[in-house]
Amino acid sequence: MELFGLYHYWVFAILLMTGFYAVIAKHNLIKKLLGLSIFQSAVFLLYITMGKVEGGTAPILQAVLADKPFSNPLPQVLILTAIVVGISTMALGLGVVVRIKEEYGTIEEHEIQEIDRQ
Amino acid sequence: MTELSHHLPALQVVVPMLSAPLVMLLRPRGLAWAAATAASLTAFAIAIALTIGVLDGHDFSYNMGSWPAPYGIELRVDAFSALLLLVVTGASTLALLAGRSSVDAEIDPQRQPLFYTAWLLALAGLAGMSVSADAFNIFVFMEISSLASYILISGGADRRALPAVFKYLVMGTVGATCYLIGIGLIYLMTGTLNLADMELRIDQVADQSPTLVAAGFITIGLALKAAVFPLHVWLPNAYTYAPHGVTVFLAACATKVALYLLLRFDFFLFQPNLAGHDLQFAYFLMPLAVLAILIGSAVALFEHNLKRLLAYSSIAQIGYITLGASLVSLTGLTASILHIFNHALAKGTLFLAVACLATRCSGLNLSNIAGVAGRMPWTMGAFVLAGLSLIGIPGTAGFVSKWYLISAALGEGVIGGLLVAIIVVSSLMAVVYIWRMVETAYFGTAQADAVSGEAPAALLAVTWTAALANLYFGLLSWLPVTLSTSAAELLVRQVP
Repeated sequence: MELFGLYHYWVFAILLMTGFYAVIAKHNLIKKLLGLSIFQSAVFLLYITMGKVEGGTAPILQAVLADKPFSNPLPQVLILTAIVVGISTMALGLGVVVRIKEEYGTIEEHEIQEIDRQ
Repeated sequence: MTELSHHLPALQVVVPMLSAPLVMLLRPRGLAWAAATAASLTAFAIAIALTIGVLDGHDFSYNMGSWPAPYGIELRVDAFSALLLLVVTGASTLALLAGRSSVDAEIDPQRQPLFYTAWLLALAGLAGMSVSADAFNIFVFMEISSLASYILISGGADRRALPAVFKYLVMGTVGATCYLIGIGLIYLMTGTLNLADMELRIDQVADQSPTLVAAGFITIGLALKAAVFPLHVWLPNAYTYAPHGVTVFLAACATKVALYLLLRFDFFLFQPNLAGHDLQFAYFLMPLAVLAILIGSAVALFEHNLKRLLAYSSIAQIGYITLGASLVSLTGLTASILHIFNHALAKGTLFLAVACLATRCSGLNLSNIAGVAGRMPWTMGAFVLAGLSLIGIPGTAGFVSKWYLISAALGEGVIGGLLVAIIVVSSLMAVVYIWRMVETAYFGTAQADAVSGEAPAALLAVTWTAALANLYFGLLSWLPVTLSTSAAELLVRQVP
């Protein structure tokens, strides 16, 4: 069935929505960041899977492999960059959470709002 | 072209980016500021040189590392990007020149070199987003500028800056990731990341639905970054609690660059290649723009904190920009692009004046600035001038873009008439909220513990330069008008 033949898109969509749900629904700031990370990882998978060619080898120029198909290396390179961006975002986000904990004494979103309202 | 001017598009990004780590090493007091300002001034000079080149009629195209265009990363400067570069580098330079005293007051001296490093990275990222013609490269620059702006905003003295940054970080990352999904889908269909090449190849793709989905993801992602209503919730607190100099810089250009990308993608890439995209774009953005204009202005009417009031006014002004674009016409787009420039000018000046007030007032609520005009006549003079420009009084920059916007709306028949009415109502609301501040400052009774004296001279001089620029571009508006007309022509040429 074609619907399940493209299963990696399903993985992408389900992971994406799992992460997005956590970002929206969770009150704990760390859990929000975890959701954000899952959200980003889903997109990494979308890129990685698109570059794979069935039976494809590594894109290295060699006489033995000259007539073999090879996988597209570009998406992997792109995602290498995107992973770095994701790590930086995560590090900065966790740093902000630490500072919030220092200032407010809590990392629950509604408690922070409660404190600010006073 | 000479050898150096050929490299200008790359230098526009490279100068602030390479100055950033250098600035971090400059520990003696004031040196970091001086170096950052010098780098920003250089970037501004490069932007002016690029603009002069574009006005002479040649667009710049630069192949990074000499890899030819569809394979390597291409940087491209045309009228639209030149206008944005002027706004970005100009805002950064003015804010840095003005901001030393306010940064000294707000940021721990030990951390100032790091603060200026983040500033230059934000500048490099925003400039990179404006010059790059490679979709993935734009994503990287977007994240560089966003991460740096999160750091800048979290430098605010008030602890409420931290939850504001967290919200901005989460929403900004979701926006950037949506953009990345859109780019991925287009790459999947066309196998290219170069915008010009994409435009040609999307045409050859038989199945339009992935492109349609990509257009949705890219539009939503960039709308999040641009704080298009109702995706604006990160903006008011981020602007309110950021250090004052940072607010000047970011309010003038951070959302504008995202809007620039939104227009570029939707008009350049999707309009010519997706059946009915112009209608979808208009139906999607026009109601949101109208809501942004009305709700943003209405909330500003009842705000008491000056910075938050101006932030809500920004949401309304972003509404004007998207409204012009949603008309999908040459005049509409010209108005929209012109307003990017003029709003940056007016709002930048207003926030500069607020930074002046902050040096002498105990807080930034309306009650804190009661009767302040007697003691700070120059600050309030600049504030009034910029306020008039924000409202759109003839003779100021704000008038020019509203004039274009209204004439564009009038070309649209009945709906156009309604839109004109909305623009007029919102301008009247702007009169009211600007007047509330002016009235309090001029006719309010001063607090007993009020500090006397004007703002520092450097801050005041920059504020007045910006205020006079509002007048200058209101009376002699050929530069922004020429640039935005040719930018709109570039974009609309693609509309059938």
